[in-house]
Amino acid sequence: MKGTNLGEFEELVLLTIATLVNDAYSVAICDELEKHAGRSAKLGVVHAVLNRLEDKGLVKSTLGEATSTRGGKRKRYYTVTNGGKAALIRAKEVRDQLWNRIPDLILKKA
Amino acid sequence: MTQKNKIQPPRWAQRLLHWYCKPELAEDLEGDLNEYFERNIATKGARRARWIYVVDVFKFFRLYTIRKPEFVNLLLHWIMIGSYVKTSGRSLLRHKLFSFINIAGLAVSMSVGLLVIALVSELVSFDDFHEKKDRIYRVITSDQRQGEPRMDLATTSLVAGRKIEASVSGVEELTLVRNGFSGDAHIGESVIPVSAVWADEHFFNVFSFPLLQGDPATALKEPYSLVLSEKMCKTLFGDVNVLGKSVLFDTTNYVVTGVVKDVPKNSHLRFDALVSFSSAKEHREAGAYLDSWSHIYSVCVYVVLPKGSDPATLQANLDKLSAAENAGIERRTISLELQPLGNIALGKNLSNQIGPVMRPVALYFFEGLALVIILSAGFNYTNLSIARSMRRTREVGIRKVMGALKHQVGWQFIVESTIIALMALVIAFLLFLFLRGQFLSLDRFLSDLVSLELTPRMVLYFVLMALVVGFGSGLLPAVFFSRINAIQVLKGSSALRIFRHVNLRKALIVVQYCFSLIFITTTLIGYNQYKSFLTFDLGFNTAHVLNIRLQHNKEELIKKELAELPEVGAMSVSRIVTSLGSFQGSTMKYKDLNDSSMAWLNYVDEQYLPLHGHKFLAGKNLKALPEGAEESEVVVNEQLLKRFNISPQDPAKALGEVITMDKKKLTIVGVVKDFHYGTVESKIEPMALRYSAHEPWGYINAKVTTNDWPATRARIEAAWKKVDKVHPLDAKFYEDQIEDAYRMFATMIKVIGTIAFLAVCIASLGLFGMVVFTTETRLKEISIRKVLGASEGRLIYLLSKGFFFLLMLAAAVALPFTYFFFDKVILVNFVYHPPLGCLELVISLVSVTLIALLMIGSQTLKVARANPSEVLKSE
Repeated sequence: MKGTNLGEFEELVLLTIATLVNDAYSVAICDELEKHAGRSAKLGVVHAVLNRLEDKGLVKSTLGEATSTRGGKRKRYYTVTNGGKAALIRAKEVRDQLWNRIPDLILKKA
Repeated sequence: MTQKNKIQPPRWAQRLLHWYCKPELAEDLEGDLNEYFERNIATKGARRARWIYVVDVFKFFRLYTIRKPEFVNLLLHWIMIGSYVKTSGRSLLRHKLFSFINIAGLAVSMSVGLLVIALVSELVSFDDFHEKKDRIYRVITSDQRQGEPRMDLATTSLVAGRKIEASVSGVEELTLVRNGFSGDAHIGESVIPVSAVWADEHFFNVFSFPLLQGDPATALKEPYSLVLSEKMCKTLFGDVNVLGKSVLFDTTNYVVTGVVKDVPKNSHLRFDALVSFSSAKEHREAGAYLDSWSHIYSVCVYVVLPKGSDPATLQANLDKLSAAENAGIERRTISLELQPLGNIALGKNLSNQIGPVMRPVALYFFEGLALVIILSAGFNYTNLSIARSMRRTREVGIRKVMGALKHQVGWQFIVESTIIALMALVIAFLLFLFLRGQFLSLDRFLSDLVSLELTPRMVLYFVLMALVVGFGSGLLPAVFFSRINAIQVLKGSSALRIFRHVNLRKALIVVQYCFSLIFITTTLIGYNQYKSFLTFDLGFNTAHVLNIRLQHNKEELIKKELAELPEVGAMSVSRIVTSLGSFQGSTMKYKDLNDSSMAWLNYVDEQYLPLHGHKFLAGKNLKALPEGAEESEVVVNEQLLKRFNISPQDPAKALGEVITMDKKKLTIVGVVKDFHYGTVESKIEPMALRYSAHEPWGYINAKVTTNDWPATRARIEAAWKKVDKVHPLDAKFYEDQIEDAYRMFATMIKVIGTIAFLAVCIASLGLFGMVVFTTETRLKEISIRKVLGASEGRLIYLLSKGFFFLLMLAAAVALPFTYFFFDKVILVNFVYHPPLGCLELVISLVSVTLIALLMIGSQTLKVARANPSEVLKSE
């Protein structure tokens, strides 16, 4: 069912928004992703994902105050909605359940 | 924030982003890009940062960012177009002179464009009616002999064709075609000469020439089968139901096994009749001269590749085949190549072409010419419209005040130029119809190659071209006018700084006039020289001489018939007709047997020299020889005496001297005054006239005096028919033949003349735009001068002198250039030509000046005549 499931990258972005709390705008998200997930995040890709998440109702966005940086352009801040939180929790639960079902032996070997 | 020189991202990229992006996303996106840009400047430098910015702008062009077109806007747009058309129409009518000049200028140049479009679209459509056109290839040959330049042929050897058919895989169908069958077809009593093409039984599997009657699979199978085109059927039988009828060629009977629809003009293969390939003995028999790998000059091989197969595989197989066969020949490499069917008509230069082809280079030349002409006409339109801006800025200002948006003003001007272009198209089309006839009659090759008939697709291209030209030439005025600041204009400040590049425009005009002058002078000089070639004193008399090609008939019989006609006077026989550029020669020797030299020859009978009025400097004419007698006499020219030093000062002493030619001893019996054996391009060289009364491939030269040539021709034709029923009479007046021999020059003069006309049109338009611009900007100044007492004449002088200076500058460059070009480059090639006069230079200068005077005068007079109080009052 498209629309309810979170893709891997979508989940990462959503989590990053949650960690950044009040400071989550596109460039910061990119930087954060690069720092913590250790992968290069292209602005265009992140933008597309943010747009999609907003369409799905998992995040909402507001324009911030104009500042002197960025050529005077306002930033668009993202916050995780309740639906977003639910989706994150569900994703985590699914994983945890699966993790719990893995016998200890197997993962220790690996 | 510091106000120091900050590096900015590219403006156009920013604008592009705002143009396509949804407004609600644009701000944030641009901010992000700016942030990255600043970061990149710090880490990667300005250049790279800018580059990344641009790339990112393009990367953001995604489905979710693109602004959706708004329906209401579109609707408004359509409604506005109606308004644009209306107001444009009004503006065209109000400025009739401008509209007329613009339309005429565009029409003239567009007609050339139409011609090129017609030519190109017809050439591109060549051979596109074959069902398997994408899979048909011709096997062509390149022949590399050691130490000689490579030769590329459209033909290949019969052996290659047979081997490919038998042993090379990857060929679905193959057909062998050979040009050059000719014979006289006997049907009942009538005899008609027929030329045909040999083709084997697979011919109709490869090519889609529809058969009206007969079975395509078997029509060309049996030897002595004949497939006729509809047209040929009608000439031979007067009917198309001819299946099974027989036609006798020489002694062989051919049976008609099929009737094929007439071959369309856009086919590189052209034929009126097909003869089955197996009919020719040399095609069937082993060991015949065609049965050799190195005889690559006769047969065309066409193959059809299976669907979806790669020609490279077949090419590899062909390479293997030629490698194996080349082992059997020495010092020579023959290789086979595949040429796609679509590349044949417009393809590379090959010898032994089976049909007419056009070199792409020639086409590029035409396309380039048309492009230059249309571009300069379009530029002139732009120039003129902006020059008129003085008048229209106010209109635009009011529009803007009323609420017109930038792009709406822009569209207004583009619609206007498009309307002008479409109107020009109508005139251009009429011009095209005229030009087409002229173009096709330029050269028989062209009329043979294409017909330039109109097709719906061509008309579509025409309209498309007009739209492109209209849009292109309207674009700059549109941008210019849409930028106008309404307040400034309405306040009446004429301080609009338009076109700071006036010097550039002046230079352009000088260049345009240079070309006009060069082309006009070239046309005039060329025409003068050409006329002089036609009336050149060749050293003998060509008036009233009718040359009749004998076509292997007995000259006595023809002479006997002709002698009965009252119009025909004396008659003679000659092997070639001199002074037309055909030569025949042989080496000759005088006393010194080691000193041999080439002398040009003509074989004539005893009537020839008196009939053509050759002047004898010494001696007498050749004597008539009885049948079978050994020839012993020769008449020579002065140059021959000079060459061998046989008493060149006193020709009389040369009489009786013996020269050796073709191992025959010939006594000089006469010396004629030098005459032009070749064309006037070549020097007069040593020449000898020898006796021969029988020249089956030669000519009868008959003095014909008549006032009613068509009637006389009909009578001569009737007389000819009595002797030869098969071949049509081929008779031309000597003077017409001379004109034919110099036809190339007539063609060149026509082409250059047309270009001259175009150049003058375009240059005049450019000048006109300049004059209008200058006079309108100086309107106020002129008025004040007038108020202060300047006369009209003075004012006209004041306004015109700058332009005359430009014109004189152009003349100072163009005229000496043309003169020296002709004197040192062109006319050097013509040994005998009248001296180069200055008259042509003067005529061309005067005519161009007159036209320019008209352009300048009409405008300056208008301004000079204007009532100064009217002009000054309105300020």
